[in-house]
Amino acid sequence: MHRFANPTRFLRIANAILPWSAAVMALSLGVGLVYGLVLSPPDYQQGETVRIMYVHVPSSWMTLFVYTAMAIASFVYLVWKHPVADLAARASAPVGAAFTVISLSTGALWGKPMWGAWWVWDARLTSVLILLFLYLGYMALANAFDDRQRGSRAAAILALVGWVNIPIIKFSVDWWNTLHQPASVNPVGESGISIDASMLVPLFAMAIAFKAYYVTTLLMGIRREIAAAKVRTLRLAEVQG
Amino acid sequence: MTRKKRRLYFVSLGLLALGAATALILTAVSDSLLYFYSPTDLRERPVAEGQRFRLGGLVEEGSVDKDGETIRFVVTDLVYTVPVVYTGILPDLFREGQGVVTEGSLDPAGVFLAANVLAKHDENYMPPEVADSLKESGYWEEGVDGAADAAQGAAPAGAPQ
Amino acid sequence: MEQLIAFFDMGGYAGFVWPSYGVAAVVMGGLFVAVWRGLRHDERVLARLQAATGGRRRVRAAEESGSRGIDTGGARMADQAAARATPDSGGPA
Repeated sequence: MHRFANPTRFLRIANAILPWSAAVMALSLGVGLVYGLVLSPPDYQQGETVRIMYVHVPSSWMTLFVYTAMAIASFVYLVWKHPVADLAARASAPVGAAFTVISLSTGALWGKPMWGAWWVWDARLTSVLILLFLYLGYMALANAFDDRQRGSRAAAILALVGWVNIPIIKFSVDWWNTLHQPASVNPVGESGISIDASMLVPLFAMAIAFKAYYVTTLLMGIRREIAAAKVRTLRLAEVQG
Repeated sequence: MTRKKRRLYFVSLGLLALGAATALILTAVSDSLLYFYSPTDLRERPVAEGQRFRLGGLVEEGSVDKDGETIRFVVTDLVYTVPVVYTGILPDLFREGQGVVTEGSLDPAGVFLAANVLAKHDENYMPPEVADSLKESGYWEEGVDGAADAAQGAAPAGAPQ
Repeated sequence: MEQLIAFFDMGGYAGFVWPSYGVAAVVMGGLFVAVWRGLRHDERVLARLQAATGGRRRVRAAEESGSRGIDTGGARMADQAAARATPDSGGPA
């Protein structure tokens, strides 16, 4: 972790990764779209609407993944005061919020024709809506103070406190009766994967694409934050000197 | 270093306390987080006649009876059943043997008068050909069981108590 | 041609499938462009400032004197800048 704490060294690493993550994103997005829209079969119950899954499920996975990454970065920032950890959390929040918006709106577009409702207040949907507010609250809090450090600290605490929502989202469909069905992909556990192999190709391709999208935007975002911080330092030095 | 350690303990302890508090609260309000009652839930905790609630389960095979706009069917969780009457448009996924969640209330005769009907599907996805060949080869049973689990939610087993 | 029409019709669910992909494209594409443009803007401003304040040496000095400088908010930064301006004061440890 210490190696990444130094902004200059971090920039070197980030610049080395960026072209690769962008390439992986473009490639898997292409595969995911072609398979998802054309080559994969319709579902025996849901027909062509199953294609919504290839956007809805990967983005929903990312909402949990990005928030957890943000919470870990916040923890590292609070305890060890690593500057880059704060920047990583700040750069993650908008990406996570974007994935949550996609997850909720594609879910509504899928729920209407299949369930018969755009929205229901069951435990799964409600907890994901709360997640969106956590992301937005983080962004608001991080920029609410004139003293940037205070904003970082307050937002980091919110990110950590809000993490309790993540297991609630994940297990809501198992703990309580919900309209939303249980998970179809369980890497651990007895139920395994209940999606046909022909549908897993676009699902995993899109999942890789979305993850690479996060890495790419995150690295660009941190690079931007580092540049902005240097600008602030220089401006202050100018005023003072 | 000691300051860092102190911060580490402080933050970790705070998170632990928060997690415990959340678990307690969730256990306490668990019942109100249920989106619907299964016929078994209804048997265990009866709901007053005329009171609005949601009933969920599977549409029993062969129970659907359409009479113009009005439709009668039976909701089952494979243990108990509740007869339902509904007038209106059904979602595309409404099928015999599939999950369903309906909102309404019981009449004096114990029939559920549904004001709206939502379809609940299971977590299985496959192309039609695969579903057909599964049915032919007799491996279908598993899928139906999965659907039953989905329709019941995890009401008996999964609640975090 | 018929196949193409069937493809766009999505089994009658075109009004749900295509908007789903549309929402994802607009939100993700929009954020990507926003981050990209913000990055270019901030790095350009930084380059201009660095050129104006006498090149890289000055920046490096500013960074080193506040080794934690990146995360530091205005108040602490102002202290450090003040300390730099008057070397006798010793500066923050």
